[in-house]
Amino acid sequence: MGSSSLIVLMIAAIAFSGIAILLSKIVLKPSTNKQKGEPYECGIPTTGKTWVQLNVGYYLFALIFLVFDVELVFLYPWAVVAKGMGWVAFVEIVIFFFILFMGFLYAHKKGALKWI
Amino acid sequence: MWSLSEIAHTIHEWLNTTFNSTLATLIEMVVAGIAVISLFALLGLVLVIMERKVSAWIQIRLGPNRVGPKGMLQSMADTLKLLVKEGLTPNGADQFLFNLAPFIAMIVAMLLMAPIAFAKDFQLWDLNIGVLYVSAVSSIMVISILMAGWSSNNKYSLMGAMRSGAQIVSYELSAGLSLLSIVVLTGSLQVSEIIQSQSNGWWIFKGHIPAIISFVIFMIAVTAETNRAPFDLAEAESELTAGFHTEYSGMKFALFFLAEYVNVFIVCAIGATVFLGGWMPFHIGSWEGFNHIMDFIPSSIWFFGKTFFLIFMIMWFRWTFPRLRIDQLLNLEWKYLLPISMVNILLMTAIAILGWHF
Repeated sequence: MGSSSLIVLMIAAIAFSGIAILLSKIVLKPSTNKQKGEPYECGIPTTGKTWVQLNVGYYLFALIFLVFDVELVFLYPWAVVAKGMGWVAFVEIVIFFFILFMGFLYAHKKGALKWI
Repeated sequence: MWSLSEIAHTIHEWLNTTFNSTLATLIEMVVAGIAVISLFALLGLVLVIMERKVSAWIQIRLGPNRVGPKGMLQSMADTLKLLVKEGLTPNGADQFLFNLAPFIAMIVAMLLMAPIAFAKDFQLWDLNIGVLYVSAVSSIMVISILMAGWSSNNKYSLMGAMRSGAQIVSYELSAGLSLLSIVVLTGSLQVSEIIQSQSNGWWIFKGHIPAIISFVIFMIAVTAETNRAPFDLAEAESELTAGFHTEYSGMKFALFFLAEYVNVFIVCAIGATVFLGGWMPFHIGSWEGFNHIMDFIPSSIWFFGKTFFLIFMIMWFRWTFPRLRIDQLLNLEWKYLLPISMVNILLMTAIAILGWHF
């Protein structure tokens, strides 16, 4: 079908979810009471703000991920031509991985991979 | 013999002879959309009942057995029940993001259907960067999870979403690297060419030990990427109630649930395509007679058989391994799987260049 299939799929997904939610809105009889909108927390009211500070580890891993994700993007075109290029491609990727691995070791040494 | 691609071709011909070309294209689009939606709903129903039956079988109990023959209509009844449940929005939640998140989850799951070859020549879009497309689109999934967790005004949801964010982005790397090691062998990112290159044997058998290592790493990584046990930290029932979808109820919850199961199907389909040959029947080198016999089984049966075998494996993991802690989870990825898959891709390159693969 070609690239128009993306539009079809996107419209199909939106229509499917929209119709499902709308159908349930039509079918059910809503009722209201004071407790219904409370956030779920073991039955007791929630204390303080919800958007609390979280462990810094999540952000550190996200930052390291960025580096490696960009690396992965560079690998895709390489992987397609690697077999045809022969040993040149192999040596290049060894150098690339070596530099990357140095960065990885640095992050490890700094304690970025440790969960505090 | 009739096949899915022939049926599609016949419909295409008939539409083009009956109507003018614009109308034919439009009708074709509508038909394709309805077909994909039906497949989506059917997959959801089948996978839910399969999960419950497999878990019952592994734990030596009966599982659902009241609704319909052998309980086969149980998931239908569950869907009806969810349909008549009210979809609540908690006080203080971000209304817009809260309602948007299930839509994004569904759109991502649906878009991933495009490059999958369900049978011979039966594919929505055979784009030349199929593997890259899959890893690019599947990484949007994390946005819907973070959105759902952040907007819920619930600490459990927020924690589940943060965990799932760290987990999905980490495991994406080794999933991508293990797919790349097969791309090195095929020299193409196009799904149809990857399948065609396996006409004399599947890559898991042809690629020596590195291919098997890639396959194992891929299975581990996709289990983590789809948030399934033993990596289900995002919705760890005993710690976080239900994780990022704690506050979701009714049909919105059902959409998340459906998207999750369809994602499992899709990653298994990609695994089956890249490592186990997709719709390609089981062929051994130049054994003409044997290959000819295998060709009699329709290609769609091969594809769904392989995919459901992988899905069964993922379900098997769920009832075998205990859940990991978040630091163990990230250690496993960053200190073991990522270095191993990087060395593995080097080994695979050497094998491909030396021509040692079959």
